[in-house]
Amino acid sequence: MGVDLFEITVNLVKMIFIFVMMVNAVPLLVWVERRGSAFIQNRYGPNRVGPLGLVQLLADAVKFIFKEEFVPGKGHRLVFYLAPVVALIPGALAFAAIPLSMPIELGEFSQIPLGLFTIDLGETYGPYRFAFQGYEIGIGIVFVLGVSSLAAYALLMAGWGSANKYSLYGALRASAQTISYELALGLSLVGILLLFNTFNFKEIVEIQSQALTFSFLGSQMTVPYLPNWGIIYQPVGAIIFFAAMFAETNRLPFDLPEAEAELVAGYHTEYGGIKMNMFYIGEYGHMLVASALMVTFYFGGYTLYPFFTPETVNQFWSETMGLTGNPVALLSSLSLHLVFMVKLVIFLWVFIHVRWTLPRFRYDQLMDLGWKTMLPWALANTILTAVVILIMRAAWS
Amino acid sequence: MTELIPVFALTGFVILFGLALVFATSLLGPKTKQSKVKQLAYECGLEGEGADSTKVPVKFYLTAILFILFDIEIIFMYPWALAYKDFIATGRGLFIFSSMAVFLAIFIFGLFWEIRSKALEWE
Repeated sequence: MGVDLFEITVNLVKMIFIFVMMVNAVPLLVWVERRGSAFIQNRYGPNRVGPLGLVQLLADAVKFIFKEEFVPGKGHRLVFYLAPVVALIPGALAFAAIPLSMPIELGEFSQIPLGLFTIDLGETYGPYRFAFQGYEIGIGIVFVLGVSSLAAYALLMAGWGSANKYSLYGALRASAQTISYELALGLSLVGILLLFNTFNFKEIVEIQSQALTFSFLGSQMTVPYLPNWGIIYQPVGAIIFFAAMFAETNRLPFDLPEAEAELVAGYHTEYGGIKMNMFYIGEYGHMLVASALMVTFYFGGYTLYPFFTPETVNQFWSETMGLTGNPVALLSSLSLHLVFMVKLVIFLWVFIHVRWTLPRFRYDQLMDLGWKTMLPWALANTILTAVVILIMRAAWS
Repeated sequence: MTELIPVFALTGFVILFGLALVFATSLLGPKTKQSKVKQLAYECGLEGEGADSTKVPVKFYLTAILFILFDIEIIFMYPWALAYKDFIATGRGLFIFSSMAVFLAIFIFGLFWEIRSKALEWE
């Protein structure tokens, strides 16, 4: 694989584009959350600034930057300033590692056709292979799990740097909760690893883009018209994973860290303006990662068998639309990206709907649920998966 | 190692972006006079004691220790899960299953002992 300036530029732009996409998704999600909660609670929500109140969040963002600077007198200044910066990192790094569509494989080209006219490049470029994600990492699952657990550091830094009792208690609660649910989260993925036999997201999605295929007592079975999705093999694992992800993002019903009736606002009591907003970017970024992981592990990623798989999309653009060469690769990758986005939006809405439906847990209930209910269930799920795989493959014969 | 270069590049970009946002406020925000009373941490009108002198329940510490133990045990299951089907394909399925069964028995014993000894009770 040759590395030239064009390839490096495209990869850098792509990476920054995905990060900016994540940051820009936050105001949209906040708008959806406020409008959605308003409809759920039978009121209006933001509807004055711009059409449907869409410009409200832009106005908020500008207002946040022009707010007054504040650091508590007894606080640790460096830690206080660094905490919101650290809060941005886990979501951004994890989201860039998840494939948003299939890789674009470009052949050699020397000109760019743009409808009526073409740009002549003078020399031949290619062939290239661009992954539709920030970067490809072979051990994607381990990387995402490791990076997203860094979120606990931001919470602890915010709580310690504020020199405020409420902040400290909020941060302690948040970190204890995050690490407790990380056990169930990590264990629920062992079932997925047993099934798909790989750490690589792309390979997991490729396995799920086929018809339902499994070994039954040593012989191969195929069910047509049903996708080979993880949710069919791992329903319990999917529920545990999703619930643990709610706890990791510190959202209702697991938002004990900022239980406003007890702790004012938890770890960000002393924060205001853009610094508080950066914690929100971190939280919504984590939500995006959680939904993207849910789609990738259990719901076929960017494919939807039998309608949208790499083969059918390629066939549609080349045979039905009569295109050849690089446009086919670009358009089929973009169509699969659309499939991924639709699935992602569905899970983001589930996150928002749950927040405005369920009440908050008590702290002892929360810890009991994590350690005494979800951890044993995840353990049982792992053992059951291993036993079923052993029997279905008739390993003793 | 080369596949980690973009990771470091993105980390650097995110940190720069965050620092720029944090310091944009000190440049653009209104310059008002700070006073000792204004800089007090929020404490319902009382003078705050600060985080350094606040007493913290030891329960959090215990939870963190237990987390490290169990998390390491779970991480050991990842390579096992990855190699599971390969071992079955080469006819050593019962061997790899029973070896993990021994490990899991210790794991489950530890979990139930921990629950029995009330290490996880929050009141």
